[in-house]
Amino acid sequence: MRSAPYVWKRVGFALLTVYVSLTFNFLLFRVLPGSPVSRISRVPNASSELKDALIAQFGLDKSLGEQYLLYLQQTLHGNLGISYANRQPVIDNLVVAFSNTIPMVMTGTVLALVIGIVLGVASAVRRGGYIDHLGTNIAVLFYAFPTQFLGMMILIFFAGTLPSAGMSDPFAIGGSGWENLVDRIRHMILPVLTLVLTLFAENVLIVRSAMLETLGEDYILTARAKGVSRRRLIRAHALPNALLPIVTLVAMSLGTIVTGAILIEVIFSWPGIGRTLYMAVLKRDYPMLQGGFLAITIVVIAFNLVADLIYFKLDPRITS
Amino acid sequence: MTDERPQTAYAEPIANVGVSAVLRQAIRHRSALIGAAIVAFFVLLALISPLIEPYPTRETTCAVFEPPSPQHWLGCDDGGVDVLSLVLRGGRISMIVGAVATMIAIGIGATVGVLSGYFGGWLDIVLMRITDYFLVVPQIVLMIVIAAVWGPSLSHVIVVIGILMWTSTARLVRSQVKSLRERIFIKRAESLGASHFRIILHHILPQVGPLLVANTVLAITVAIFNETALAFLGLSDPTAITWGTIMEHAFDRAAVSSGAWWAIVPAGVSVAILVMGFYMLGKSIEDALNPRLEVSYLSIHGWKMRPLAGRGPDAT
Repeated sequence: MRSAPYVWKRVGFALLTVYVSLTFNFLLFRVLPGSPVSRISRVPNASSELKDALIAQFGLDKSLGEQYLLYLQQTLHGNLGISYANRQPVIDNLVVAFSNTIPMVMTGTVLALVIGIVLGVASAVRRGGYIDHLGTNIAVLFYAFPTQFLGMMILIFFAGTLPSAGMSDPFAIGGSGWENLVDRIRHMILPVLTLVLTLFAENVLIVRSAMLETLGEDYILTARAKGVSRRRLIRAHALPNALLPIVTLVAMSLGTIVTGAILIEVIFSWPGIGRTLYMAVLKRDYPMLQGGFLAITIVVIAFNLVADLIYFKLDPRITS
Repeated sequence: MTDERPQTAYAEPIANVGVSAVLRQAIRHRSALIGAAIVAFFVLLALISPLIEPYPTRETTCAVFEPPSPQHWLGCDDGGVDVLSLVLRGGRISMIVGAVATMIAIGIGATVGVLSGYFGGWLDIVLMRITDYFLVVPQIVLMIVIAAVWGPSLSHVIVVIGILMWTSTARLVRSQVKSLRERIFIKRAESLGASHFRIILHHILPQVGPLLVANTVLAITVAIFNETALAFLGLSDPTAITWGTIMEHAFDRAAVSSGAWWAIVPAGVSVAILVMGFYMLGKSIEDALNPRLEVSYLSIHGWKMRPLAGRGPDAT
């Protein structure tokens, strides 16, 4: 069980990071000067019972130390306060938002990965050739454009031919399950396209260099000397080793994915977590803002942990 | 990627040390020259923008969303302001934001990296834990939250970008300083009685310098990207003219549905070209710095030069 210490170390670090985020959240919204605006009982148009309940739950009339403990306790129970905007519990809003975001972001990320691997390997195998130059240059070009710019261009280009806002047609009530599904997918095309264009470039460049580096290894030379065919050399000897960094790649691009998702959801009015965060900023909906921040942070930390553990599982050279 | 020893990559003797030697080597690449030319061109435009702006940037000089014409080369925006003038003026502020935020980030990153790598011990542990935290946390979300709590303003945007962007620099500098610390010339200087301050200033920093230059150039691209993203989300000063706010205003005021691409394209393309320039320049410096990085995992959205740093044995 030599892997146990490493695994526990990573899990421990992830938990510590979540705890730091929780504390940071508390400090930022309740302690630092200028932050009392965020008093979470100040829900507009709320009944006095609700306000009293929030004051009691979060101990807003008590000392900061007690407030901190109550805050931790309530948060661990999933109570993140009440949204100013729609007076629903923040946690319920977050669940809805995440369930809208995940299909879109997952599709985009997976497509970008597939394109990245195919183009990256093709470029590396024909190093210096036509495909290599074309692939790398296109990748760097898309890399340099801000996501919101790509999104707006796609919006102008496809306006009218494909739905450009929201997740489904609000007037298509009562259609069959199949029609609804098609409608959903049509709404997803443009946001996913933007996300793919934002993400694929990085993947192409990284897969290409990983593949090039692997092709330069001694064991590739040995395999060639043994007379292994070119096709088999690429597929069976080089590719599996070159794909190892893919795991790190996904973890590394989490930041880009989150940024991209927020901008894309704003542009295409996609009712996901990014747009929720954006609306919370616009409406000064502080409970929603801190809830969203916490939720995204925890999701990103969790994915990082999973990537670390998978990498450890795949690569026996890593020891704790 | 198959090499798991980030520290030894720098421990190999580098024939040409010092910032100028590396820069001389870098400039031999064609892409470095192109990159430098692009950057110089934009800097020049930013410097002389008040002189060459064809129209005032705060006054109405044409119709709302007027398409490009011989009088207004890039058309007009929603308020009837000339887009060419706006983009020229916007580049100025965008580049200042990018440069200042980068200076803050590199300053913090270099300080943390040098302290952590040079002194080691508990200081190293504490500083690296903080770095790890900022590495993992989704920065754009943190930026949004902080900017939202502080209120929209240009200086807040600069500070927020600066204080959240330093982590990769810190890790990179730390691993190099750590390996330098074990080198014989540092040991000799130490035994001759040189103070820590002197060793860091005269022996460590010159060695780390080229790395910092490459890092700075690449970090500016990220800072400019972040500025446009924060501005797009309405967290920058709405009255300031930057490439970010130009795109935000265009989106907000229905440039997309009116098909007024000329209100968006100039700012977006400027960002892209400038970012490409910095990217080519930074990457050439980096390649010249260490031939082993010829195949690097460079990422301009995250500018992690070595994704494995912090995952291999280097991770404490």
